[in-house]
Amino acid sequence: MNKILVIAQHNSRELSPATYRAAACAQAIGGEITVAVFAEAAGPIAAAAARLDGVSRVITIERPENAHQLAALLAPQIAALAPDYTHVLMTSTTCGKDVLPRAAALAGAAMVSDVMQVLGPREFRRPIYAGNVIVSVRVPGTGPVFASPRAASWRPVGNGGEAAIEPATLELCLPTHTEYLRLEQEENDRPDLQSASRVISGGRGVGSTENFKLIYSLADKLGAAVGASRAAVDAGFAPSDLQVGQTGKIIAPELYIAVGISGAIQHLTGIKDAGTIVAINKDPEAPIFEVADIGLVGDLFKILPELEQEIENPS
Amino acid sequence: MKILVAIKRVVDYNVRVQIKRDGSGVATDGLKMSINPFDEIALEEALRIREAGTDTQVLVVSIGSQSAQQQLRTALAMGADRALLLSTEDESQIQPPLLAHALLKLIEQESPELVLMGKQAIDDDANQTGQMLAALWGRPQATFASKIELAAGLATVTREVDEGLELIRVELPALITTDLRLNTPRFVKMPDIMKAKRKPLEIRPLVELDLEPTPHLETFAYEPPPKRQGGHKVDSVAALVATLKAKGVIE
Ligand SMILES: Cc1cc2nc3c(=O)[nH]c(=O)nc-3n(C[C@H](O)[C@H](O)[C@H](O)COP(=O)(O)OP(=O)(O)OC[C@H]3O[C@@H](n4cnc5c(N)ncnc54)[C@H](O)[C@@H]3O)c2cc1C
Repeated sequence: MNKILVIAQHNSRELSPATYRAAACAQAIGGEITVAVFAEAAGPIAAAAARLDGVSRVITIERPENAHQLAALLAPQIAALAPDYTHVLMTSTTCGKDVLPRAAALAGAAMVSDVMQVLGPREFRRPIYAGNVIVSVRVPGTGPVFASPRAASWRPVGNGGEAAIEPATLELCLPTHTEYLRLEQEENDRPDLQSASRVISGGRGVGSTENFKLIYSLADKLGAAVGASRAAVDAGFAPSDLQVGQTGKIIAPELYIAVGISGAIQHLTGIKDAGTIVAINKDPEAPIFEVADIGLVGDLFKILPELEQEIENPS
Repeated sequence: MKILVAIKRVVDYNVRVQIKRDGSGVATDGLKMSINPFDEIALEEALRIREAGTDTQVLVVSIGSQSAQQQLRTALAMGADRALLLSTEDESQIQPPLLAHALLKLIEQESPELVLMGKQAIDDDANQTGQMLAALWGRPQATFASKIELAAGLATVTREVDEGLELIRVELPALITTDLRLNTPRFVKMPDIMKAKRKPLEIRPLVELDLEPTPHLETFAYEPPPKRQGGHKVDSVAALVATLKAKGVIE
């Protein structure tokens, strides 16, 4: 039987949605699922992990070095656990991308990034070339399979489970060459871009940080999260953690509204799994219209205020 | 100090690739090839560190077919001091674990204080090689860098993470992988291309490194992604809102 180890992702307080998605991928592989929580204090995180559907066991590895999810410190611990499992999974968030390849290398394994679909215990589908090609890959051999589920491909599992929580200790000397300093985060109370059911993104066409308020205002009307194209982030209209695309976030909201975004392949790869895509662009030839379910050609500065108005008081 | 920059020859980011007719792979023949954009940023950063006044040597290395000489020449024209091609004609071999083991051998020979590479190659999109190399090397990694400050044997790196910007400090030697906003690479000028012709470009067969077999993945199918049926347009804001309501995506 498969023995699957899911590495919990969290912010020291809460279990993150990424873990719910990794658990879904683990269920698709099938087998006995263990979640490992590396933290300084695992309490509420482990409790949430224990409720994940399909999970039979949660192990907690508590030590001060685990406070900040640093790859150099987590990887040796994951590699030490790996021999007892057939699979090690960590969703490909920036944290998963940082940590899991390092752990795989220490365990002498290859790794499958961005798993979209499970074909068999050692066979998976994943995107390459910014999602323009989907490959099926096999992990030869018999050692543990290291794989990172692609967040947008997996629906989070529910939390009706009741797994046992067991503290574990690893006798490992961890390196001291890496020091966490701080996280700089823009505070806002909008929905999280990666899990929001609606997202409004602005591109270079929005023109300035000041104009980006139009995007925020529409987002607030719709209870949506805000995203941005790379060009908008590079120009400083929006912070980097709002970037959607090949090198930003891959998202799958029910509704995605792209405003002043041309639709470069690197952007489109981030929204392929969205439910309904709306494009607002003044250029009728913009590639975004080829993928948009509903396109509206016109000047965003005229359309956005009208749209807000129409949502409030339909004509 | 010595900086090692690893670069990969990839299909240019503006080109949309096709799958070969027989489904055996991605058709790359005759396509425009470039330095992987993230690696170009890594090289630019190395050059800026050198230009900031420290006594620095920039060694650029690529693992790939003989054609990768072209990208190494471009790297020399940008300003790298030396280039090395570890040549192999079997491109299916070029996977992160192999690259990491090959680069480790090179690190053992060259003893760089800093290794800079792109966070991912835009062909396989794996995002693994830097992390794997740092692991094997037993040195710190700072991935997805958007700012690097070097001082007194330490690098303070700003990392683009899902939650915002994370700052970490690592001891050198270290490995840093670059994100898009670290810098904007310079354009290569004609005289630099001429000068680059006289700079050393060494070619060594990869097999000479005597690597143990490394773990790898076998790719057994290539398929196009499911196509989205887009293309429908409306002609007014009222029609847009009505369509969204009819689809049930807004109330
Ligand atoms: C390695 C690599 C990785 C990348 N990763 C990403 C990524 O993750 N995400 C990403 O988004 N990009 C990424 N890019 C960049 C990508 O190639 C495009 O350059 C970028 O997406 C363009 O952003 P944009 O659509 O906002 O800007 P543009 O392409 O400049 O488009 C602006 C659009 O706004 C429209 N417009 C202008 N004014 C108005 C107006 N008044 N009303 C209505 N419409 C208007 C224009 O018609 C145009 O279509 C990457 C590139 C590389 C090389």
